[in-house]
Amino acid sequence: MRMSRYIFVGILLGFTLYKTEAVSWFRIFEMFHFQSFHMYGIIGTAVVAGVLIVQIIRRFHLKSVEGKEIVISPKNKTWPRYIIGGFIFGLGWALAGICPAPMFILLGSGYTVLILFLASAMAGTYFYGLMRKKLPH
Amino acid sequence: MVPDWLIQLRDFISQPWPWWVGGLMIAFIMFLLLWFGKNFGMSENFRVMCAADGADEMNEFFKINWRDQEWNLLVALGAVFGGYMAAHYFAAPDGAVAHVSAATLESLRALGLQFEGDQVPLVPEWYSWTSIFTWRGLLMIVGGGFLVGFGARYAGGCTSGHAISGLSALEAPSLVSVIGFFLGGMTMTYFIFPLIFR
Repeated sequence: MRMSRYIFVGILLGFTLYKTEAVSWFRIFEMFHFQSFHMYGIIGTAVVAGVLIVQIIRRFHLKSVEGKEIVISPKNKTWPRYIIGGFIFGLGWALAGICPAPMFILLGSGYTVLILFLASAMAGTYFYGLMRKKLPH
Repeated sequence: MVPDWLIQLRDFISQPWPWWVGGLMIAFIMFLLLWFGKNFGMSENFRVMCAADGADEMNEFFKINWRDQEWNLLVALGAVFGGYMAAHYFAAPDGAVAHVSAATLESLRALGLQFEGDQVPLVPEWYSWTSIFTWRGLLMIVGGGFLVGFGARYAGGCTSGHAISGLSALEAPSLVSVIGFFLGGMTMTYFIFPLIFR
């Protein structure tokens, strides 16, 4: 089935972030204290490999499975939203110790209380939708 | 009978994975999604879930055809399965432990957090239904969730969308976002945690 490949990707993601301990509040705490290379190693390796992948895709005009050229749309070059939004996200990331992907993974590991994290993240997203026109972007 | 090599494979996967394996896997996941004609960005799911729950009729920010984003919900669902399998069938030999550095253990102690036998668990004790009834648990789960949901959409992405996808495409806005993530995270860690854990 065409859709099952996305579930497969999700399972890979779940294993990766769980087995590297990136889902751990304590690892995030350690990262923000700059006390271990571990998290920087994970993100750094991913970015170095990711840059190579994107360069290859762009240079050789690689096509997707559907035969269309892979396009990575550029982001808008405005600044306030990235620094302010990023700052607020960072506060929550350190406080809860999880970002969106680990939330789904730990929910599966059995920490059902994180359904409340999901609900409040949806509330936060909805609140942004309401406030969007009033916020600097 | 389960063949020996299958048991060995399971034990091999069950060990804690080194950082470089994690990094390469994440890049591979990003590649797979690009190859499928999509993008790696997990926080977009919060918006999709809002839209699917009826927010599309209340606010134009949620007027998206959420069925086009179904694939992303399936990635999230897969992550739930993956988390279940990794925790239940591929548990690490020394248990669900975060192998943090000695310096981190010291910093945790300085905040008043104690651990038996110097073993730091993978997941903190306040990820539980009982701790939700304490102000600290409520703040960390519900408050943290709200900030993550609001901040991710305001910045237009989270760790996967900006730190991985965006930096890989050499996007300056993503670099600014990641700097924002760290400024926010360090403010929380250095200035607010001493108040919360006092």
